[in-house]
Amino acid sequence: MVEKSKKAEVLNLSFGYSPAVKVIRSINLPIYQNTVTALIGPSGCGKSTLLRCFNRMHDLYGQVKYEGEIKLYPESVNILSSTVDPIEVRMKVGMVFQKPNPFPKSIFENIAYGLRVRGIKKRSYIDDKVEDSLKKAGLWDEVSSRLHTSAAALSGGQQQRLCIARALATEPDLLLLDEPTSALDPISTAHIEELLAELKKSVTILMVTHNLHQAARTADYTAFMYLGDLIEFGESDQIFTNPKEQRTENYITGRFG
Amino acid sequence: MKEGFSDPKSFKRRAREVKELLIKSILFCCAASSVLITFGVVWTLLKEALPFFQEVSFGQFLFDTEWTPLFEDPKYGIMTLVSGTLLTTFIALTVAIPLGTITAVFLSEYCSANVREILKPVLELLAAVPTVVYGYFALLFVTPLLQKIIPDLASFNALSAGLVMGVMIIPYVSSLTEDAMRAVPVYLREGSLALGASNFQTSFKVIVPSAFSGIASAYVLGISRALGETMVVAIAAGLQPRLSFNPLESTETLTAYIVQVSMGDLPQGSIGYKTIYVAGSVLLLFTLVFNLIGQRIRSRVEKKAK
Ligand SMILES: Nc1ncnc2c1ncn2[C@@H]1O[C@H](COP(=O)(O)OP(=O)(O)OP(=O)(O)O)[C@@H](O)[C@H]1O
Ligand SMILES: [Mg+2]
Repeated sequence: MVEKSKKAEVLNLSFGYSPAVKVIRSINLPIYQNTVTALIGPSGCGKSTLLRCFNRMHDLYGQVKYEGEIKLYPESVNILSSTVDPIEVRMKVGMVFQKPNPFPKSIFENIAYGLRVRGIKKRSYIDDKVEDSLKKAGLWDEVSSRLHTSAAALSGGQQQRLCIARALATEPDLLLLDEPTSALDPISTAHIEELLAELKKSVTILMVTHNLHQAARTADYTAFMYLGDLIEFGESDQIFTNPKEQRTENYITGRFG
Repeated sequence: MKEGFSDPKSFKRRAREVKELLIKSILFCCAASSVLITFGVVWTLLKEALPFFQEVSFGQFLFDTEWTPLFEDPKYGIMTLVSGTLLTTFIALTVAIPLGTITAVFLSEYCSANVREILKPVLELLAAVPTVVYGYFALLFVTPLLQKIIPDLASFNALSAGLVMGVMIIPYVSSLTEDAMRAVPVYLREGSLALGASNFQTSFKVIVPSAFSGIASAYVLGISRALGETMVVAIAAGLQPRLSFNPLESTETLTAYIVQVSMGDLPQGSIGYKTIYVAGSVLLLFTLVFNLIGQRIRSRVEKKAK
């Protein structure tokens, strides 16, 4: 594979929920444009913590200190800098959570939400964007006749695709997914995996997953984390067939220890 | 050795069943007592109120424009007291609902835990001040102050009584509203913020609508408090029944009428005595209606969310 241009880059990032304990340490990780990068590793190793640095989610919970940088390209701005407004970061970096979390509003209003928040009022634009995002998320055919009914009535898999559509509507540069299929059945999961392959044409994706097959199938690059350290990063083919590190091999073969 | 299944007639099994039954009965009695007391109150009210209508027709009761049951030529137009009650309640709610909601949004979404620890007790103090104190505060402080801006304001008036009552009710509204907002799952809050929404947008477009059924309960409690409040209106709004919605004039509420006549000694069984129960029944009816409306809104919202 030819070297692609970078969409983002983690540089020497350390972060902890309290000053004394660093949950992730000195992470260096490139995120290539229009690819899917998977973050894998045992529970508690800091995958979600790292992911939530990318949209400054940690800022919601009091004074936090990020050490190191996450550069977003092509602007080449360190989005962790205290001079950067976290809201502007979240305008560029979308996120889909582990548990589908539609707002208690209609399907239409769920997707329009991100646009309204950005002050967009033009009705025709919002209509188009809602349709477009639902199509991208593969949900349009199922919901086009009931856009103005409650999103809570959708199935779990549909709700998760709605959340993906909601994030896509705002045209993020980078889309973060934290175990997006762990609450879903195999069919919904397969649906979302297909979707990712399609989506990466227009957006760069960083995804946490516990499902190694999913990482191998859908991700172009895979990063393995262990106890807060990034152990190995490389093309998924290489990580899953020919890992360089012993710990990576132990993890992907299920021999842990 | 593992124990097998016990014989249904064994002592151990019987003892457990009797104990369960006993606990269940005690719990049932506790729950039932509040229902019984409610029925008791309603019965006492109606027992004295119903004979009233043997002497006064419904037409007079509903359409007379004066309420003078103790005069030589008695008139029984309940709408005078109802208008006074609704007027002061409305004024109180225009204060309590916006301020209570905004306070709750601030406490739940904006301020740090430290600030909240200080603010909440202070706020609860508002509810702890005796209502007589509020009454005199309205009469002796708020009214003179308002008279500087509105020279036409009577010294007893619905406006300042209503405003002060509103302040008094703020903690009831804000504390229940805040509880409802804080019960909104964190993943909805994060979902909104992750889309680039500000705190303000998240609060009013996601949190408040999600917490709506709890917030509706808070408002209903506020309304019930305002309808039932007695001291403030008795002291500051004057004791003049008047079929009017002018907030600058004096007025009388159902509750204020009840205390007013209860303080004189009316012979038991006289028509004046019965009017106390009639006013009480009407008041109960209003509180009941608002509670039912609140419940309907709540169940409708809950159904919609499912
Ligand atoms: N809000 C928090 N406050 C304090 N510590 C936290 C917080 N969230 C996570 N941690 C700690 O940080 C470490 C990493 O947690 P993180 O959620 O990033 O793990 P993870 O790799 O996503 O695990 P999982 O696969 O189970 O989701 C854990 O030890 C966890 O206990
Ligand atoms: Mg996690």
